Amino acid sequence: MSGKIFYASAGMGRKVQAQALVASDGFSARYDLDRIRGVFSRPEHKLAGESYRGRVLVLDAAKGGVATAWMLYEMASRGVMPAALVLNRVNPIMVQGAALADFTMISGFDVDITKAIANGAEVEVDPTAERPFIRVV
Amino acid sequence: MKLNDEELAIRAGELGPLRQWAIEHQIKVGDYLGARDFVPVGQAHIMADTESLGAAGVAWLEHWTTLPAGQRLVRIPTITDPRGTDFAHAARLRQQPWMIDLEHRAIAAFEALGVLMTDTCINYQTIMPPVRGEHMAYGDTGVVIYSNSVCGARSNFEGGPSALSAGLTGRTPRYGYHLDDRRLATFLVELSWTPRELSDWGALGGVVGRLAGDYSQVPALVGVERVPSADEIKHFGAALASFGSVALFHMIGVTPEAMRLEDVVPAAASLKTHDVGEADIRTLRASYAKDIGAVDVVVFSAPQLSLVEMQTLAAMLDGRRAEIPLLAVTSPQVKPDCDRMGLTARIESAGGTVLSGMCFYQSYAREIAEANGWTRLATNSAKLTNILGGYGYRPVLLSMEQCVAAACAGGTLT
Repeated sequence: MSGKIFYASAGMGRKVQAQALVASDGFSARYDLDRIRGVFSRPEHKLAGESYRGRVLVLDAAKGGVATAWMLYEMASRGVMPAALVLNRVNPIMVQGAALADFTMISGFDVDITKAIANGAEVEVDPTAERPFIRVV
Repeated sequence: MKLNDEELAIRAGELGPLRQWAIEHQIKVGDYLGARDFVPVGQAHIMADTESLGAAGVAWLEHWTTLPAGQRLVRIPTITDPRGTDFAHAARLRQQPWMIDLEHRAIAAFEALGVLMTDTCINYQTIMPPVRGEHMAYGDTGVVIYSNSVCGARSNFEGGPSALSAGLTGRTPRYGYHLDDRRLATFLVELSWTPRELSDWGALGGVVGRLAGDYSQVPALVGVERVPSADEIKHFGAALASFGSVALFHMIGVTPEAMRLEDVVPAAASLKTHDVGEADIRTLRASYAKDIGAVDVVVFSAPQLSLVEMQTLAAMLDGRRAEIPLLAVTSPQVKPDCDRMGLTARIESAGGTVLSGMCFYQSYAREIAEANGWTRLATNSAKLTNILGGYGYRPVLLSMEQCVAAACAGGTLT
């Protein structure tokens, strides 16, 4: 799968490269995370118990409430945060949070991105490209 | 995004650096989400509890407060969602001094920006309900979905930074539910059973929210047998928004934009229909009750309780005694009425605690669980049930009566 590239409809933030943490599940900083320990804490989440620190999270859809708009900034201030967020579908809160935190995020694909990227793959995410993309390296 | 002269001036910094930051933030968000321009808004509502803000967020707010008044004050009525504590009961909750200090600092910062500290998520019941067609920049998903669906207002989910930005610029990017075509139904729900009490309305919201799956979805419910009360539809909407990240629903014959099905379903559209009945609600409830024989605490919160809910709770507790902590959370607007009408005294004389201006899950839920030894929690709020698992709780969704019975039986569930 090395070199395979998937284009997103929108992106923001900086170019990053890191190991992907992938699941066909949603994302909300308040609902799903223990932000102090840097792990998924919601028992029903498919990544429950997994550390997200420094990983490119590849998930299905933004979920939950509005708190993530502040929480990404708070997580960044402590350095306990993912490297980037890659979603099939966003909600405005993720975009607002990423904008405040200067966090890397891309979303909107022709394929189900959670099926296209293997868990643990090394990936490059470039939201600055003319067409934002995620690429397996 | 296309900017008018005033917006260009704000962007150029002519109205100061805070408004300049605000409009740059809004443009970044609007560009990502496909907004072509801005729309003026009537109010902003900011979610900003300090568990979410953290020390970094509070410091970020504070650094703007040294600007001259003309550069830092919001331009439209800007109100707040619940805070992270009720100062009068922080010790009862075993919250730490650093939490209280952060809350004081955040409040001082917001006040310096001209924000009205309403501290409520039921502003549509208590402050100034929006008017049909009025554009808003509301935070709190429950506020947005109620205002959009029941009042016919127009708002997206505006997280704290974006709601503050809207307060400062008086506008928000025009995308999503500000647009006519985004307000049409995307799927139908055929109801064969109409809930009877609040927790069932919340559970129905949870079921429909799981069907929806993301923010772009707009369910239209067909077959509701009666017009729900404001509190019933509040619980339904809050859970729908929580489980599904949904910001708008239609209830055919009930909500203002959907008097007829064809009002929200284009003639040529062929929408997927889901049948939902009592069994689906029971299944959702049952999924939260596994292996819980007793609870440590009973919580009524999320959304804050209305005066009518407080009256109902007081009546259920009359002549009884809660043997485990029973927390009832309401708004700072409702609480004085509860005091004046004796409801607070009735609840507290039965062993309950009435909290004001906070919300349970926004008040350092993980830390107060650890400090108080609370793991198993009973509530009649489906929204709260959905949220608290990530904070380490094992929640169970019961009716208000069942919650009261559990509290009075020392936590034992019957």
